[in-house]
Amino acid sequence: MTELTLVQAVNRGLAEAMRADPNVVLLGEDIGLNGGVFRATEGLYKEFGEQRVIDTPLSETGIVGTAIGMALNGLTPIAEIQFMDFIYPAFDQIVSELAKFRYRSGGQFPCHVVIRTPYGGGIKGGLYHSQSTEAYFCHTAGLKVVVPSTPADAKGLLLTAVHDEDPVVFLEPKRIYRAVTGEVPDGDHRVPFGKARLVREGTDVSLFAYGAMVPPTVEAAEALAKDGIQAEVVDPRTLVPLDEAAILASVEKTGRAVVVHEAARFCGFGAEIAALLAEKAFYSLKSPIARVTGYDTPFPYALENLYLPNADTIAHAARAAVQAA
Amino acid sequence: MDAASPDASASARAGIPAGAGLGPDRILAAYRLMVLSRTTDERCLALQRQGRIGFYAPLLGQEAAQVGCALALTAEDWVFPAYRELAVALARGVPLKSIIDQLIGNSADLTKGRQMPNHFGFREFRFVTASSPIGTQITQAVGAAMAAQRRREAVVTVPFFGDGATSSNDFHAGLNFAGVFRTPTIFFCQNNQWAISLPRDKQTRSKTLAEKAEAYGFPGVVVDGTDLNAVYRAVVQARARAVQGDGPTLIEAQVYRLGPHSTSDDPKRYRTDAEVAEWKARDPLARLRADLAVAGQLDDAADQKVWEEARAEVAAAIEAGERSPPMPPESIFEDVFATLTPRLEAEREEFRALGRGTEGGP
Repeated sequence: MTELTLVQAVNRGLAEAMRADPNVVLLGEDIGLNGGVFRATEGLYKEFGEQRVIDTPLSETGIVGTAIGMALNGLTPIAEIQFMDFIYPAFDQIVSELAKFRYRSGGQFPCHVVIRTPYGGGIKGGLYHSQSTEAYFCHTAGLKVVVPSTPADAKGLLLTAVHDEDPVVFLEPKRIYRAVTGEVPDGDHRVPFGKARLVREGTDVSLFAYGAMVPPTVEAAEALAKDGIQAEVVDPRTLVPLDEAAILASVEKTGRAVVVHEAARFCGFGAEIAALLAEKAFYSLKSPIARVTGYDTPFPYALENLYLPNADTIAHAARAAVQAA
Repeated sequence: MDAASPDASASARAGIPAGAGLGPDRILAAYRLMVLSRTTDERCLALQRQGRIGFYAPLLGQEAAQVGCALALTAEDWVFPAYRELAVALARGVPLKSIIDQLIGNSADLTKGRQMPNHFGFREFRFVTASSPIGTQITQAVGAAMAAQRRREAVVTVPFFGDGATSSNDFHAGLNFAGVFRTPTIFFCQNNQWAISLPRDKQTRSKTLAEKAEAYGFPGVVVDGTDLNAVYRAVVQARARAVQGDGPTLIEAQVYRLGPHSTSDDPKRYRTDAEVAEWKARDPLARLRADLAVAGQLDDAADQKVWEEARAEVAAAIEAGERSPPMPPESIFEDVFATLTPRLEAEREEFRALGRGTEGGP
């Protein structure tokens, strides 16, 4: 075990994957000598050289397109998109190509690419350095979508992504890159996909949160406990595949659900969790499902703290759910 | 219109040396492939009209460019086709039956009936499954070349695309990456003068498509795409450059799409019969047949036999393809991921419970 920040855990995961397999290569903008704008690849250029830590021209479609070609021809590329807000030039490659290669070729050309990208607000980034658009990718068949919230999960999920056989969109909560530290197992530590993490047990209300929304959700649960409300916190960790059983089991126990994410509400991932509960846990529900999310506006700069959910807004929704019935 | 009268001496202008072309045996084999491709085109257009396949995109007029290029490659080279590269597949050795199976979408189709006709792919032949978005295969081919480079393999990757694709994002990203990393890539552009209804001179202000390579730091050459040997020599030369580590080449093969863009297109809406007639006079197949006749390699009787054999082969492949059973209904859920996720398993259960795909099912 080593005490690491989340971004350090990502860095360790990349280093271990590269040491274990010479076919693992990194590509992206400013990831070489510069070590990435968030330093996620710091030191890797020195250890593995420019053939394996590839600084690319500034073109996201070029990065993902070439990563796909590398994967088709025997490498395991891990592409970095500098900010999730800049992923859209590669959207065609991700959605039309990467996600569909295995299916459209009848299994002849599986395409295992890992795309890492920092996402989310709270860093004074404004419209174009803050967005959480995981729903676009969750909506596309053929992609796995992963969002760690702790250093141990960041490394463990990343190593699982590298050893998986399918394309993975790996979303890194940049707001807590350094704000969160934790013990991280050394060596080949892997966290399975499709298994939620029970962050905190409770009996009165279930709070579902992932990525950078986990810390304020835990904070909300602690505040609720002082009022005698026992909130359960569940972090799905992987949105695709989703641990539906864990979500249903929690609400069957508590009868109340609050879904938290920083993405806009309309057609956000919370809608999928709400629909799942409405379809499969309807008779366990004591009160309406609540969503605490970003607003249906572009991501604002000066007022970002009023846009993002926080412990108070999460606790408020949880109290309302408990008081409703 | 400029597009209708390309410089016939384009190959000479590009400075391609008159080096070894295809030998007599291979030229005759190339002719057979071109006839097989032409015959397949004719039959498939009819099959679509009869409702026996859903769609077809003919390559009529582009046979020499495709076969000439493919014959200059090795089995280890990678082809990243668009959706019009039927003759490339044939020249790579793909059995016609496998192509027909894909057009029908039957259970013998290696791509499992997942895509529209023409979007075939064959792992065994390093012929990557095509998609419909324009140009996306270009960056992918560059990435595959980077992988080959890393293993120091004497292999090239060849993305195929048309004049329209030179306006796509991935054309510019792909050529730029290839220039920066000096990848062993041959960008093979079949400039067939029309991107559906948009003529070549409205696609770009550049004089040639080939000259775009210069901006990315590597050579671009124009070749007469109706001349089998000229295309072959250009690709041999580009391939030699690439495997020597001298980097990529863009080849613009000037051809003409004699047929419609696809069975959904009516080219009479946007181009004149006179223009088509002008190019029809330069039909690559007729040209090669004339050359072979002059060289004493093919008389009328032998030519007739080539066509008869092709017709019989196409007929047999269609008959066998139509006899193959359809794809099993539950295959819808396969190959989304390496293994079924619990969610897909649940959807498959729901599908089964409804009896979808069964006799009398919804």
